[in-house]
Amino acid sequence: MALKRNAEPGAANAKPPRKVSSRILAALVRISAFATAAVLAIIVGYILVMGVPALSPELFAAEYTSENVSMLPSLVDTLLAVLLTLVIAVPLGVMAAIFLVEYTTRGSKFVKVVRITAETLAGIPSIVYGLFGMLFFVTFLGWGLSLLSGCLTLAIMVLPTVMRTTEEALRAVPDSYREGSFGLGAGRLRTVLSVVLPPAMPGILGGIILSIGRIVGESAALIFTAGTVAAIPMGVFDSVRTMSVHMYVLSCEGLHIDAAYATAVVLLVIVVLINALASFVAKRLTKI
Amino acid sequence: MKGIKETIAKVLFTAAAGVSILAVALICVFLFASGVPAIGEIGPIEFLTGTIWRPASDTYGIFPMILGSIYATAGALAIGVPVGLLCAVYLSRFASPRVKRILTPGVELLAGIPSVIYGFFGLVVLVPLIRQTFTVQGMSLLAACIILGIMILPTIITVARNALDAVPDSYYEGALALGADHERSVFRVLVPAAGSGIMAGVVLGVGRAIGETMAVVMIAGNQVQIPDSLLDGVRTLTTNIVMEMGYAADLHRDALIATAVVLFVFVLLINLAFAALNARSRK
Repeated sequence: MALKRNAEPGAANAKPPRKVSSRILAALVRISAFATAAVLAIIVGYILVMGVPALSPELFAAEYTSENVSMLPSLVDTLLAVLLTLVIAVPLGVMAAIFLVEYTTRGSKFVKVVRITAETLAGIPSIVYGLFGMLFFVTFLGWGLSLLSGCLTLAIMVLPTVMRTTEEALRAVPDSYREGSFGLGAGRLRTVLSVVLPPAMPGILGGIILSIGRIVGESAALIFTAGTVAAIPMGVFDSVRTMSVHMYVLSCEGLHIDAAYATAVVLLVIVVLINALASFVAKRLTKI
Repeated sequence: MKGIKETIAKVLFTAAAGVSILAVALICVFLFASGVPAIGEIGPIEFLTGTIWRPASDTYGIFPMILGSIYATAGALAIGVPVGLLCAVYLSRFASPRVKRILTPGVELLAGIPSVIYGFFGLVVLVPLIRQTFTVQGMSLLAACIILGIMILPTIITVARNALDAVPDSYYEGALALGADHERSVFRVLVPAAGSGIMAGVVLGVGRAIGETMAVVMIAGNQVQIPDSLLDGVRTLTTNIVMEMGYAADLHRDALIATAVVLFVFVLLINLAFAALNARSRK
């Protein structure tokens, strides 16, 4: 297609002369890559330099008060939110992906609609999820600002991620596995559960880790669904405040900037750990 | 016995797949049920083109917010697209394996940083910087554009790089054989060949920028006005919702939900564009 070049004949044996435009492009490409790395280094470095000295034992006190602005309850709330959201979203997402890969017939209308709606879900901004969660779970179902309302909202949000990654993992399992299993007389369910799922596990795990990252970083969808009460909940109908929401509240109040820096450090460390875990799992995946 | 198990499993899996349909249906119903009547009551023209947003006197015009969202997204693209594309080119065709091993996780980390941290960084570093440089208030369209530009970088880099990596090596080798140098081969042959994949990355970036809320609300100033310059404060569709939803009631609340409906329609259009581009790049 675009291969028509006005090459000078005779230049074939010598190295082609480097044009000025080529040098400029080469420089621009390197500058851009350097700028990207620099932005990351500046953001992470700045947060660490300002935040690490601000870390103090009272920021990890068991009880949140407006004086100590402890982040420990938020840390526990984040963990609970991650667990509850995954408990809801992972089985649904994995089962939906199994349906899409193993149980569909070609050209099914239902499958098309499932795909379109999953893509739509993936594109909806988190604030719209937050509003929907507020209208449906909080008000319509009457669950109030609570862990459950927040986690269900988040579960819908990460559902397309779990579905997509699981689907990719299942599709990567060679058909010969399935044929071998059917040939030995196993049914479809048994084939899926004991032959197809095990080799797809690392891929599914990768999707779960990706989802954890999204849950930890989310704030807009939680403010109007899970609320901002910084306490460890007694049940699923209590309001919670995750780390990201805590961070937002602190920086909006503007009274505890040091605590906000410290919270940012902890949040950043969590994100780095999640990313490291994800790339570790991805490496394991490519080895198989 | 086996038959029953199989049937139950099949029903369960089908039901799980149906959840995403149910979710989209519920989201549409609940947003539209509150938003559309509000648009009707305010008047669609007044709502979309009105420039005054004054809940106290029941005047709701979201034109400044629509413009704000478009301006902020355009500014983010002006920063994110050139840098992101060039960085993708670097990672795909220039970087040594060692640099790749460092930069790729770096880009992934950039994607994983929560938006509140971006917003906080903008608030404590960028806003004071703009305030001192231009002796203005600081919270501005400019701050929002820069932070959003950084936030969409990883999206554009990852998608564009995958598109570039997918171009067959024979294209590049053919260009070299015809006497083009490395840069010319990459920019005149590989980049055009990866065109629709790169565009898909840009469209995803648009989706991320227009939907971003928390980072923007912390640094954009949030005044309801049509900004005259990059240094003016601005309010976007998303920040309009998050700022006032906490205390809104009656028509005010429904007007905010109607704002979300407008945002939702924007996002659906972006999704359609993305799907079309993806279909093209697969060909």
